[in-house]
Amino acid sequence: MDPITALTIFVLAIFVGFEIITKVPPTLHTPLMSGSNAISGITLIGALLSAGAELTFFPTLLGFLAVIFATINVVGGFMVTNRMLSMFRRKE
Amino acid sequence: MEALINLVYLVAATLFIFGLKGMTHPRTAVRGNWMSASGMLLAVLVTLISQSILSYTWIMAGLVIGAGIGAAMATRVQMTAMPQMVALLNGFGGIASVLVAGAALNEAIYLFTSPSAVTDSVLNRGAAMVVQFGIATAATGLIGAVTFWGSLIAYGKLEGITGDQLRKRFPVLDRFKLPAPPSLPVARAEQADSATATGETAAVQRSTAAIAPLVTRLNHALTTQVYAKGVLLGICVLLGLLLVISPTNIVLYWAIVILASILGWYLVMPIGGADMPVVIALLNSYSGLAAAATGFVLGNSILIITGSLVGASGLILTSIMCKAMNRSLTNVLFGVWVPEGAAASEDEVYGGKIKSSSPEELAMMMDGVRRVVIVPGYGMAVSQAQHAVRDLANLLESRGTEVEFAIHPVAGRMPGHMNVLLAEADIPYDKLKEMDEINPTFDQTDVAIVIGANDVTNPLARTDPQSPIAGMPILDVINARSVIVVKRSLSPGFAGIPNPLFAAENTLMFFADAKKGLLDLINALKEQ
Repeated sequence: MDPITALTIFVLAIFVGFEIITKVPPTLHTPLMSGSNAISGITLIGALLSAGAELTFFPTLLGFLAVIFATINVVGGFMVTNRMLSMFRRKE
Repeated sequence: MEALINLVYLVAATLFIFGLKGMTHPRTAVRGNWMSASGMLLAVLVTLISQSILSYTWIMAGLVIGAGIGAAMATRVQMTAMPQMVALLNGFGGIASVLVAGAALNEAIYLFTSPSAVTDSVLNRGAAMVVQFGIATAATGLIGAVTFWGSLIAYGKLEGITGDQLRKRFPVLDRFKLPAPPSLPVARAEQADSATATGETAAVQRSTAAIAPLVTRLNHALTTQVYAKGVLLGICVLLGLLLVISPTNIVLYWAIVILASILGWYLVMPIGGADMPVVIALLNSYSGLAAAATGFVLGNSILIITGSLVGASGLILTSIMCKAMNRSLTNVLFGVWVPEGAAASEDEVYGGKIKSSSPEELAMMMDGVRRVVIVPGYGMAVSQAQHAVRDLANLLESRGTEVEFAIHPVAGRMPGHMNVLLAEADIPYDKLKEMDEINPTFDQTDVAIVIGANDVTNPLARTDPQSPIAGMPILDVINARSVIVVKRSLSPGFAGIPNPLFAAENTLMFFADAKKGLLDLINALKEQ
């Protein structure tokens, strides 16, 4: 991807983020943090590519460690968010 | 193939956006979280069929280990420990980005230097690409390492791990004594904070008295601190530029990572207590930006999109938290609350005016009241009192009293901390009112019950322009007909100043641990 395309995507996505997140009510700020944190574990994609490329040992090792950390981030983040959100209920 | 993968990435990005959109209402939030999770699953699966993946051994091992640890953490963590959990997860995201960028640089150099390489190195693809690659790699190392170490320090602080404990456990640490960041004033504030928990008022008074002659040294210390951070950041940027010029020099990358680690340590170490929500939100933003930077390294659109969504989200939360404390971000990161005028001493504010009360007396006062507002603070989290709070609210409601909760944006140690705890105790979210909504109703409130909150109810924020918390938005608890404050002692909150609310005409102090005190109050109400 050429630098300008990448930068365009970056800037537009930030605007989308601002638009959506400003509408999140304070009561959900903690689940928002853990949930958005889980999706920031998207680095996992890069980690998978490094761990599976099988070029030399060192990048594979780095990729392997990155897969572990990113998976903790993703799995832990989504599960704990789900746990929190299922506790929110309305007045019956 | 490449096109298919990118198309699926687009679907995943859309799912993330809809998932975050679901977070705008508690009704749709669970579904939103599932959408985000399925987007992630989709992105991972399509990556696994990519042609550049030759071996699955390491991948599978990593996925299994990571998923096991993540699941264990998520199911075991207590709701009161959620700030620590989020801090740790932020950090893991950061370090993953550092490792991925390191691996990518390593691969690029390998492909560039080995003549037999089948695939083309990114370093062969023209100046523009090389510059993007270099800048992005340096940025990932910098942001990722700051996020990782900053988050670890934040985690340690929230868990209450101190340097002394660590040194006892690992005596080796004595040999590597890093100079402590000069943080005199915050040390005082933190002392005050921990004293709130232990109830050592005398010690706090001593430390407050001792701090006065130190103001000049303090200013000096602050300047040094700002310089140290500035210099570290400057060197990192310089090394980054060098990396852009000679991208095959991998030592530069790891040097950036090491310096950024020290920077992260320095940045978070002096921050504590009530400033934690800002730090956690900021690190959240950084973990997103690190992922976005990794996206620039790999030229991968889904990483850029997702990372910037999270970066934006963290930034918004950071600014909300700063506004709720009436402080700028630079003030939180570099400065501290330094009293400008002479703050009134505890004796002046409290002397002879404190009315201490018993559960029986309070139960009598609650007889036949129409409206009660409960104001929870960090003290409620510390003593795990959320279930007792629920029992009290239910009991009052069964006697015909209207009960609502007033939530200050920075109550607790992370954005929304109180809401999650009260949700855990099964309190419906529509009873939790935001500050602006509940403030006008305090003068129609018969009893306001403050549970482990202090600075966020301090009327000095409105009345005393000299006060360190002047201008901070507060809950106007003092306007209620009567106020009950459940608190262990009169020790000051994070701001380190006395709270005239405690000495007000209409306030009764109930000196007790939040949970125990509430249980006593519930029993007294039942016996009536």
